This record gives sequence, structure tokens and C-alpha cells, in this order.
Amino acid sequence: MIALIDYGVGNLFSLTSSLKAIGAEVKVTSLKEDIEKADKIILPGVGAFGDAIKKLRESGLDKVIVDEVEKGKKIFGICLGMQLLFEKSFEYGEHRGLGLLKGKVVSMKGTIPAHLKIPHIGWNALIKKKEHPVFKYTKEGDCVYFVHSYFATDCEDSLIMTAEYGKELTAAVAYNNVSGTQFHPEKSGEVGLGILRAFAEWED
Amino acid sequence: MITKRIIPCLDVKDGRVVKGVNFLGLSDVSSPVKLAKFYSDSGADELVFYDITASSEGRALFTDILTEVASKIFVPLTVGGGINTVSDFDRVLKCGADKVSVNSGAIKNPKLIEEAAKKYGNQCVVISADVKRVDGVFRVFSKGGRENTGMEAIDWIKHAVDLGAGEVVVNSIDTDGVKKGFDLEMLDAVLNSVNVPVIASGGAGSKEDFVTLFKTLPDIDAGLAASVFHFGEIEIKDLKKELRKNNITVRL
Repeated sequence: MIALIDYGVGNLFSLTSSLKAIGAEVKVTSLKEDIEKADKIILPGVGAFGDAIKKLRESGLDKVIVDEVEKGKKIFGICLGMQLLFEKSFEYGEHRGLGLLKGKVVSMKGTIPAHLKIPHIGWNALIKKKEHPVFKYTKEGDCVYFVHSYFATDCEDSLIMTAEYGKELTAAVAYNNVSGTQFHPEKSGEVGLGILRAFAEWED
Repeated sequence: MITKRIIPCLDVKDGRVVKGVNFLGLSDVSSPVKLAKFYSDSGADELVFYDITASSEGRALFTDILTEVASKIFVPLTVGGGINTVSDFDRVLKCGADKVSVNSGAIKNPKLIEEAAKKYGNQCVVISADVKRVDGVFRVFSKGGRENTGMEAIDWIKHAVDLGAGEVVVNSIDTDGVKKGFDLEMLDAVLNSVNVPVIASGGAGSKEDFVTLFKTLPDIDAGLAASVFHFGEIEIKDLKKELRKNNITVRL
């Protein structure tokens, strides 16, 4: 069973539907017992980093997630959920993340050419940097759906794929049992479903 | 680089797609779910569902359909029509919509944009404007293009973006239905005044019209159309091949 963490951030309808569509057993939950029992964890998220990490801390879910991942449970973060896996973010101030991946989250503003619109929204092509089991069905040039204004950087260890938007932005990461995407696999058609399927199938 | 989006728009009334559709091999041509699946398989980058129902029964049917579409089709979905309050946003987002487009509701109450953007993020709020030239000035029309609001269109669109709209759909009443191409002059004026994605609507009659749109206005993000797709006059797959041939970046 995959535990899809519900901590009051964003809408889980599409994500739940897409996991069901690939035949995965999924439980939307905010309970410690469920997360401990689960084989894998998906951490979703939309909105602001500060609010999201606060909600995780207040509910104690941050500790549950970190404990389970440190014991070796596989996790996949999506969009803000991926950003939360990093050490810190500079979205409206400075916030400490879950620290499961090395790197930080910074604004696109000032780091991409000024004529480009922010947020980076729409379908963009993936550039592969490394192979990884979660992205075994994903090919160079596959298009996926992005909606974000901040991106992860200084994350060479975990960098699997990027997308070009004024510069190469971190699109997918994985290191040991921790993985995630900046884009939305649940909104990225067959390519996205392939990534969720590969995560569901991921064994050591 | 980010790809140019091709967006079919489906008008839904009492649970069925309005405007006759005639696809080979599609048995139930007015089923929103089947049509949405067909478009998604053909390479549509996003789908817009427009609720043109007036009754509350129809509205309930619409959300049922939206839920079914969103549980089977995994591309971004935008919903419009009858969005007057933040609770309307809530109603359609819960059924799996990703973005909500506001038109007359925001004209009546511009604060709706601000409140919704604060609650759901700018990326979720699309301002859709029906625009027509009146004595050489772009004016905003409401109520499905029937009523001149008297507002200057560029000012209104800029204001809506300042209030928090994250995307703009410009529907030119002047070119809509004429099928001789998008309203490049109007779209250019909008592009020069806002820095959020702009979607062109109204006037597509051929693949070449889309090529001209993206070639002439490289900053346009997407082209939206309804009947040319529904009647099969343009196949999205062919359209995207044609765009790529013309060095326009698209998702194939």
C-alpha cells in the first residue's frame, strides 16, 4: 500500500485517481499508523513552502515521514512535496525542510531571463542526466506538466532530470530511497502515469 | 523550452456536449467523457469545460461529469461557466479541475479574482474576456458576449491580472465564428500589457491559422478552439505535426 499524505495542502483527487488508474493500492491518510504500515509514501503539495512545512510540523507528520524514510521506506514527493524533501527553501523568508535530500529551493525570479513568464507553467521537455528505476519508462524529450515559481538547486547528488526554461531547472530527483518530481505526473498524461507506475514497481 | 498548448473547449449543457460532433469511430459523440478521452489521446494539452447550464440540476450533472473526466483523463482541466463565488471555485476544484476561468462573475465582482487567487494560488485563476471593437476601441462584453460593459478591454485584463489572475483567455467576438484566423491585433495588445500566459481564442479555421498565430506572436502560449476540433475540420495530431514542421515547439 502507498500512503498518500494528506496534510491539508491541495487537492488529492487527480493524484488518487491516477494511482488507481495504474492499479496501485493507495490510502489517503494523515495517520502515523497508516504511514508506518505503508510500503511507500507519496508526499504531495501545492501552495507556499512555509505554510506546508508548518502544517507537517504541527501535525507531527514531519517526524513520522523522516523516521520511516530513515528506516529505508521509499518516498516520492510531487511539486511542493518534492521541494519539502530538501534542506531549506527561500520562498518568502528562509524555511527548514525535511532535509532528506541535499540542496535548497530558490526563486526563479532573478535567476532566469526577465522576459520569461513566472510561474513556469505548461508542458516542457525533459533532459535526462542520470538513469533511475523511478524514471525507467521516461525518455529524453518526454513532455510533462509544470506549475511552479521556485526550483531546487545545489542538488547534484540527486539530480536525475531537468527542463530548459531560461536555464536548466531541476525537474526530477532521486537519491537512495528518496525521489520526487517538480512537475505533476498526475497531470502529465501517459508519461506521468509511467513515472507513478515505476515508483509503485520500484524495488531495491 | 516550454511547448505551445493546443486546447479544445467543450461546451456542456445538461450533461452533454453542445454543438454537433462527428468523429469517426466515436459512437457517442456528445458524451463529454468520451470526447475528452478522444482529445486527450489525440494530444490535446489541456481541456476546457464550459458549463452553459442554467438549472441547478444541470449544474449537478456537470460536476458529476467533471468528476468522471478527472478520474480518467490525466491532463490539466480548466472549468468555466457560472463561476460567481469562491464556493463555485471550491465546487469544481473538488471534482478535479486544475484551473477555474472567470468571466461575467469577475466583472460583477472583481474581488472574486483576488479572493480565489489568495485561496488557491494565481495559477488556478484564469480571466476569460470576451472582447469586441466598438468605434475602434476594445470593449469587454459580458453574459456570453451579449452585453457591452463599456469597460476598456486592456485596462480590465490588466486589472484582473493585478488582482491575481494567473492566465488570460482572450476571446475576440470580432473573429469568433468567422474562421479566418485569430485576432492578432487584439492579442498583440494584450500581450504587450500583461506578463502572464495568454491564450488566443476565436477565429481558428485551419491549421495555418495556428501556425500564423504562433509565428506572428511568439509570446502567445496557447490556441483554443471548439467547433473546428469538434467537427473534425482540424485533427489535433495533424495540427501539431504542422506546427512542428514550422519550428514551433509542441508536445507530440
